[in-house]
Amino acid sequence: MNSSVIVFPGSNCDRDVATALTKLQFKNKMVWHKDNVLPKSDLIVIPGGFSYGDYLRSGAIAAKSNILKEVVKAANSGCLVLGICNGFQILIETGLLQGALLRNKNLKFISKDVHLKIINNNNNFCKKYKKNNIINLNIAHNEGNYFTKKDHLKELEDKDLIAFKYCNKDGLVNESTNPNGSISNIAGILNNKKNILGMMPHPERMVDNLISNSDGVELFTSILN
Amino acid sequence: MKFAVIITLKKDVLDPQGKVIEQTLQSMGVNSLKNLRQGKYIELELNETDEKKAHNSIEDMCKKLLVNLIIEEYKIKKI
Repeated sequence: MNSSVIVFPGSNCDRDVATALTKLQFKNKMVWHKDNVLPKSDLIVIPGGFSYGDYLRSGAIAAKSNILKEVVKAANSGCLVLGICNGFQILIETGLLQGALLRNKNLKFISKDVHLKIINNNNNFCKKYKKNNIINLNIAHNEGNYFTKKDHLKELEDKDLIAFKYCNKDGLVNESTNPNGSISNIAGILNNKKNILGMMPHPERMVDNLISNSDGVELFTSILN
Repeated sequence: MKFAVIITLKKDVLDPQGKVIEQTLQSMGVNSLKNLRQGKYIELELNETDEKKAHNSIEDMCKKLLVNLIIEEYKIKKI
């Protein structure tokens, strides 16, 4: 399967994602933000980092870059698109996903491992997980506080477009297990067609038991199959 | 022609930075402070003599890039 990782000035998780993809047998290419042509891709990953120094709003400038026009076209024609952390912020700024990512409620940059509950496993990114499984991934962000209007939140719930929610190790989802203030503890959402996933946690950091755990592996192997 | 754009979070969006500034001022003894919201200030200079056209062009910039209309609102002022 062919994957492309988009690289912006300020991306810093691009190599981690590329390493994870290659380890899991993707044929990966790195794509510079100024490029006008996207290599043939089954999966496009927009990685984490601080594209354009988070100027104006996180992801706002990257969303207007050359290559993003191609990403939007590919996404609209069904290509799988995964936005992780800053990549999620960029997807929101392009309008491919709805809502907004505000500053963390406690105003602190949060870097820690958190538990996540798989809310929807009926999609190309999560099918190797079991519904309501608890996984442990790392988060590292300053603006991860997902916000959306009430009617859109209802749509996310009704159409089963919430992929992950923050929880504790026993699966409890409430304010005490919400690290950043996200509405309904949302950690990752899908678009209507379920070919685009935006998530704040970093699955690429959890693909090797030697340095972390392997809870992120299934996300990538779900895409492969 | 110079303009300023003032961007603030909408009323129903939590403004944690504003809250902290407000609480700090209150703890410094500013008892009269009732509410505080913080935001962004952008100055623009345009090669345009028609004020209405300039205004429309800034409106467009706000909608396309400067403002996230889901969470923010803006005011344009001639300076």
